Amino acid sequence: MAEPLIEVRGLKTWFPVRSGVVSRITGHVRAVDGVDLTISQGETLGLVGESGCGKSTLGRSILRLVEPTAGEVYFRGKNILRLRRGGMRRIRREMAIIFQDPFASLDPRQTVGDILGEALDIHRLTSTRRGRAQRIAELLGLVGLSSDLAGRYPHEFSGGQRQRIGIARALAVEPLFIVCDEPISALDVSIQAQIINLLEHLQEQLHLTYLFIAHDLSVVKHISDRVAVMYVGKVVEVSPAGDLYRRPRHPYTGSLLSAIPIPDPRLERSRERIILKGDVASALDPPSGCRFRTRCFKAQPRCAESEPPLDTVNQGDHQAACYYPLA
Amino acid sequence: MAFSHLLELENVHTELSLAEGTLRAVDGVSLTIDAGETLGIVGESGSGKSMTALSIMRLLPRSGRIVEGSIRFKDRVLSDLSEDEMEAIRGTEMAMIFQDPMTSLNPVYRTGWQVGEPLRIHRHVGSGEAIATATDLFRQVGIPDARSRVRHFPHMLSGGMRQRAMIAMGLSMSPSLLIADEPTTALDVTIQAQILDLLRRLNREYGTATILITHNLGVVAGMCDRVIVMYAGRIVEQGRTEDVFSHPEHPYTWSLLRSIPRLDAEPHEPLTPIEGSPPDMVHLPAGCKFQPRCPFAVARCSREEPSLLQVRDQLARCWVTQAGTELNG
Repeated sequence: MAEPLIEVRGLKTWFPVRSGVVSRITGHVRAVDGVDLTISQGETLGLVGESGCGKSTLGRSILRLVEPTAGEVYFRGKNILRLRRGGMRRIRREMAIIFQDPFASLDPRQTVGDILGEALDIHRLTSTRRGRAQRIAELLGLVGLSSDLAGRYPHEFSGGQRQRIGIARALAVEPLFIVCDEPISALDVSIQAQIINLLEHLQEQLHLTYLFIAHDLSVVKHISDRVAVMYVGKVVEVSPAGDLYRRPRHPYTGSLLSAIPIPDPRLERSRERIILKGDVASALDPPSGCRFRTRCFKAQPRCAESEPPLDTVNQGDHQAACYYPLA
Repeated sequence: MAFSHLLELENVHTELSLAEGTLRAVDGVSLTIDAGETLGIVGESGSGKSMTALSIMRLLPRSGRIVEGSIRFKDRVLSDLSEDEMEAIRGTEMAMIFQDPMTSLNPVYRTGWQVGEPLRIHRHVGSGEAIATATDLFRQVGIPDARSRVRHFPHMLSGGMRQRAMIAMGLSMSPSLLIADEPTTALDVTIQAQILDLLRRLNREYGTATILITHNLGVVAGMCDRVIVMYAGRIVEQGRTEDVFSHPEHPYTWSLLRSIPRLDAEPHEPLTPIEGSPPDMVHLPAGCKFQPRCPFAVARCSREEPSLLQVRDQLARCWVTQAGTELNG
């Protein structure tokens, strides 16, 4: 296996909940609650889970865009949670993020050239005006936009084009690692494949490593080498993409997969479906033991007593956190 | 027979007057649906699928107007009805559920009160009986602990439960037609599966005709007997779901099916994207509206707009397939 670029150990990101007139802290939303993950150089790790499971917070915690509560994040062997401002600033150049909503994440008063130029200026990546303009043109070219568009404003672009600008901005610092946080879910269906193909092409061309966060398992399966499944702040299963989809072991993964509709009427109507009961457990007060047990169709008394560790289940690199995994 | 269908739209044109000009949101849509049937309408944002639904319900925004065509429901022509008569049909004989239950439930009333409202208004039942019926409906749509949930305000329910409450409200008068506009788009997949399962069950048990509006082709594949594909306010393809999915006869449907990642495909299997952007509805191209993005376009496509005609087992609005060319791949 390739060298690990990122290693996450025991990562926790809790958000305090305040209430009452004096705003006392009355509890914590345990958005990320003890996660271990490794992302290898050049791979795409897909991260899936339902809304509120902590997947976006995990992505942002790895970049220190939100400050984790506990744990370690190693980037090329260095624990970046220990770094002070100067050191972190140097590391920031090597990491970037692409957001879900290209409408909200671009400043409407800046031209595309300014949006891209800003990242170059902050990190002093170009020294001359000509060099700056050249680099902006180059970035636009990388994402399939004409360099003539540098003087335009975000509102003059369609959703798909705006997401291309968001990607160009992420590429401006020449990062090694990019967190793609639901990069296509806000786009029209007919545009999504353009952006997926672009991200795959850029990965190959620039040797990028991705953490690809999405709720759409079909998209994640398509783009990922390995996939991690999150449920209420925990990773419950992690595996090479093909193996996870062929043979899910955690009951939550099994039910997620069976819930994804497949655009083939004959296949779709003959599929066996696991319909879960109830709603996602609360991250404010997660159930004891396994957090999925309140909705699980295989739960036994033991599941409430202690939390199952993430253990190797299938051969090789496939792990699941379940006492009674699927066959 | 003229009135044999439950609902029949004939050549419906709906326009929106905007500052930029007149937008033809629905441009000559004809469709029918019968009791017990589930009809899917697929398309992207701006394709006219929601405007078609709002035209049927006569719930168009202030800037919208049906300028041509007729909508028959049972034995009545809806455009002939007064607003009061239409009000009596909405909620009783036809109901609509929306994508976002938070904005369509009133935050200041208890959910049970709102779900029982159609009964109080249309059947003049007392509030006690309306709440009892609402509790029963909550049970039917799978809201746990129904007796206490009817006393809760919308914000106290989860997204999935609010959507169930909306469905319960839609069903309170046992309508013969249910229009569901992206009913699961805002929900997580496991909750989506629960809601679709519920809609399937209602359709089977009560024979409720359902129009399901969605951009998700997988949802259509699992739910719908027939499907209509819309692009730029027009129907571009229409047929039995199996036919449209197994051999699409419009290049837009064909391209869409090839551009989406599928769970049953291998990782990294290449996708064929649709080039270009969705159409600018105020400045539509001449000829076929999909022609600027179409991999099969011929010279005629940019000059004349094709009609929706029979191609093999379905209807398609395409010069290329109408001339007998098979879409390869």
